[in-house]
Amino acid sequence: MRTRLAGILGVLAVGCAVLLCGCEKEPEAPAPQQQAKDKTPPAAQKAPDAKPAADATPIKVGAIFAVTGGASFLGAPEAKTAEMFVEKVNQAGGVQGHKIELLVRDSGGKAENAISLARQLIDENKVLAIIGPSTSGETLQIKSICQEGKTILLSCAAAEKIVNPIVSYVFKTPQKDSDAARRIFQTMKDLNITKVGVVISNDGFGVAGGEELAKLAPEYGMTIAGSETYATTDTDLTGVLTKIKGLDVQAVINWSIVPAQSLVAKNMKQIGLDVPLFQSHGFGNIKYVQAGGEAANGTIFPCGRLLVANVLPDNHPQKKVLVEYKTDYETRYKEDASTFGGHAYDALLLLVEAVEKAGSVESAQVRDALETLQGVVGTGGIFNLSAQDHNGLDQNAFEMLTVKDGQFAVYQK
Amino acid sequence: MKRLRIYYPVLAAAILIVLLHLVLAVTGKIYYMTQVTMSAYYALVVIGLCLLMGYAGQISLGHAGFFAIGGYTVAVLTTHNLSHYRAASWAESLRSLGMLVQWRNLYEQDVLSFSPWVAFLAALLLAGVIAVMIGLPVIRLKGHYLAMATLGFGLIIYRIVLGAKLFGQADGISNLPPFHLVGSLQVNGRAPFRVQNYYIAWVAVLAAMVLGLNLIHSRVGRALRSIHQSEEAAHSLGIDTYRYKLATFVLSALLAAVGGALLTHYNGSIGPSEATVMKSVRYVAIVAVGGMANLWGTMVMGVLLNFLSLRGVFGSYDDAVFGAILIGVMLFAPQGLLRVPRLRAIFFVGRASSLAVQKLVRAQRAAVLRTKATCARRSHG
Amino acid sequence: MTFALFVQYALSGITVGSVYAIVAIGFNIIYCTTGIINFAQGEFLIVGAMTAISLAQVAPLPVAILGAVLITTALGAVVELVFIRQVRNASVLRLIIITIGLSILIREAMLHVWDEQVRSLPYFTGTAVSTVTLLGAHISPQVLWVLGVSAVIVTALTLFFRYTTTGRAMRACADDRMAARLCGVNDRWMVTLSFMLSAGIGALAGCVVSPITQTQYDMGAPLAIKGFTVAILGGLGNSMAAVAAGLFLGLLEAFVVSVLPASYKEVVALVVLLLILVFRPSGLFARRETSALRAA
Repeated sequence: MRTRLAGILGVLAVGCAVLLCGCEKEPEAPAPQQQAKDKTPPAAQKAPDAKPAADATPIKVGAIFAVTGGASFLGAPEAKTAEMFVEKVNQAGGVQGHKIELLVRDSGGKAENAISLARQLIDENKVLAIIGPSTSGETLQIKSICQEGKTILLSCAAAEKIVNPIVSYVFKTPQKDSDAARRIFQTMKDLNITKVGVVISNDGFGVAGGEELAKLAPEYGMTIAGSETYATTDTDLTGVLTKIKGLDVQAVINWSIVPAQSLVAKNMKQIGLDVPLFQSHGFGNIKYVQAGGEAANGTIFPCGRLLVANVLPDNHPQKKVLVEYKTDYETRYKEDASTFGGHAYDALLLLVEAVEKAGSVESAQVRDALETLQGVVGTGGIFNLSAQDHNGLDQNAFEMLTVKDGQFAVYQK
Repeated sequence: MKRLRIYYPVLAAAILIVLLHLVLAVTGKIYYMTQVTMSAYYALVVIGLCLLMGYAGQISLGHAGFFAIGGYTVAVLTTHNLSHYRAASWAESLRSLGMLVQWRNLYEQDVLSFSPWVAFLAALLLAGVIAVMIGLPVIRLKGHYLAMATLGFGLIIYRIVLGAKLFGQADGISNLPPFHLVGSLQVNGRAPFRVQNYYIAWVAVLAAMVLGLNLIHSRVGRALRSIHQSEEAAHSLGIDTYRYKLATFVLSALLAAVGGALLTHYNGSIGPSEATVMKSVRYVAIVAVGGMANLWGTMVMGVLLNFLSLRGVFGSYDDAVFGAILIGVMLFAPQGLLRVPRLRAIFFVGRASSLAVQKLVRAQRAAVLRTKATCARRSHG
Repeated sequence: MTFALFVQYALSGITVGSVYAIVAIGFNIIYCTTGIINFAQGEFLIVGAMTAISLAQVAPLPVAILGAVLITTALGAVVELVFIRQVRNASVLRLIIITIGLSILIREAMLHVWDEQVRSLPYFTGTAVSTVTLLGAHISPQVLWVLGVSAVIVTALTLFFRYTTTGRAMRACADDRMAARLCGVNDRWMVTLSFMLSAGIGALAGCVVSPITQTQYDMGAPLAIKGFTVAILGGLGNSMAAVAAGLFLGLLEAFVVSVLPASYKEVVALVVLLLILVFRPSGLFARRETSALRAA
């Protein structure tokens, strides 16, 4: 009995010891600030909204990305872009004389990790802002944590629900789904298409897109003859597409992420459904074109201009930023740039601009400055933020692109 | 007198928990409490699973499903806005009973929804009912079949929460109100309530431990152990093996649902990632490494491993770590890392009867083998 | 529904069903000789396809596929020798947990070796847009390859088990390991061989189906679950029944899409699994005596 008790006590003691010690990986925050904040009794402690900026204290910016796991096609380029951006800014002397300290955390695409990491970044690291997360599900679940912690959240996820309904501290950089839907329908209208079939994946992005399509179709005189939801993990979509084929549609819209995008293209050709295929702005990586082979040729989709940066006219306002980002990314990481990484670029860009405009690193003032930013040229488009619009992009952020001979090209009718 | 002895470790644990709080406060790492609290709620699941796997000997690869049932029920009932029914008579009567409450959410909207207590009880009820429904046909199965059936169950729950609009599909449900327990105690993840919630979580865990220990050291517990050793022998001794296994299954499901419900209130949200197969496998890995029949070991490992995982210590190797743990433990330390010697003998009333039961077990096994051999000879004839 | 539409669904069902059948046969081979259900079976398909894709960048396609099959077979042997053989007197619970852990490790290893991107082998004949018409339905020529290769695998295995000495020795082990050992069969080598065989046919199936389904590092687990459903449907250990059951499940999934929303497709297999486990765990084609024994 006594040995047993001793064993259990020992185990618990070991457990507590491990909990205490070797988990701290990031460098300690400057000592005086730390102790000052922890001395306040927990009951009275409110998340500080004044972060005094001592000179040359680095600005702490947190980033939660899905670097690994199911959403890593989003998170990995975003993390790389963020690191590249911060390095560049720091080499140029930092922001307002402060260097940026970027704390990148990998959530693996899991919401509970995102919650835990968000709390860690806000309570422990006392970051000014959080960039990310990569997916809408994670963003929605940490929205209230950031709002209550009065920490700016610049999400790289696409769902409209992130900024609608608006809360003061939450922003997002990807373009609006509704704008993408509008551009698709407008292009179809110009091609005299009226009857479409819609296939969407059952994840957050697909479902949100499907809703926008259904809502906006009547505005452009479109009839959605049939709308099918498939599972993201489906490996064979011929059944779904056969159903659509039976409805005699004039075009198909697919709203999903990988791997379904290339699968739909291939399956359509294989079952003989020879109508134009429109994709969402999630088609933003040349690898999806490669995966689709010849079947990807002729796909039409709205996208940020990053993919066709090199063929933009020289006087286009976005050209400089896009070409610079694309070249830097591809030289440094030896892989193709994608529009997803661009969302992280835009998020950091907006933050830096806001800090410069506010002239301080106090989160409330930076937040106010964010809402006044106008004409900021980013990779996703030109941002015009306001108190009612925490995204700042409109239809013109998109360019209609197509695929010609396995390469992206600007769509011309 | 012997009975009280088993609660001494609970007392010791309580002291250590308070000690941990003091240490964290002194070293200025009080924010660790958040992740310890989250891990404690996950530990509730593994305590239940330990009772099921270690003592009743039944594997379950779908326990994340019960966690999700608890969490999602609570989430749906406390966030679903019934404001447009405000004028209805049933709404009025429920409000006067305190079952419906009105509160303001993050977007400054007025929400009329069920009170968290109602939701919590509903979650337990639902989890219990589903556990009975699933358990009745499935507990009869053995080995691989049971594993696959529970896996299938877990997957169905995942598909349901991922696909149904009611459950928020891939985005899950967010913006839950805090759960007001008693007086000013509430389950709430915000910083001012950090210490309070730390103790709430640990009280829940220790309560579950007391329940588990009570179970193990009772007739029921001994019956379970004998079932685990040899079902035929236990059956021949007159133990209703089916009923005991089912009861343990339902109990473990309820514990998982409690963990799910409380953690969902603490986080303020829940998503389909809590119902995945990988989560269920992680729970199994924790039970395996803590020691299948070692309730304390499992609890400690549950808190520890989840804490490390939530802090991102494992980085991109998170899943791989648990896979490696599974294999490593099964190959090298099947009794778990925190093996406590002589644990088995304690559960039998005196060594003499323990030997007698073992003899009976051996005899029974031999008889069964003989019967099997005869049948095999006959069918291959 | 027109006849052409019907054939379209049927072909889609048969294609995916034959892949399930191959996975189920892989399960059965290992189960027969060892009594273990190998949860890592699905991973063998993906490892085979991924290896072939990497090799195809430096070698012609047939060589790449052959290389991938050999490497995966070797992996199967390694898995058995390093993990399964070490476990003595293992309870069913322990073995289940070990194979689950193995499937996770193999999957994570694939993630770190190959990253999470979606890849596919080039089409064996034709391209991504070629189609052939069969009874009014349009399919990719790769579908014919899948059906053909699956049929060859099943036939080859049947011949192997019936007419070769090694095959018969493996069947002996499946029937009664002790008796086989008494007859001079090296049962431990048979166990290793069964893992190698399962891995090999899995790799081949993974390669042939990769152009049409694309390959991603985490596709192994869902395949394993469906394969297990099929194996149980046909009765664990019964390979011919597994083929029938696989085709049945594939067709069921395909035709469900025609009446219900497509997102219910995944639930079909799970519901079938639970129903079979609850009502007839010995499978649709089992004899009564064997079912009594299996329940014991």
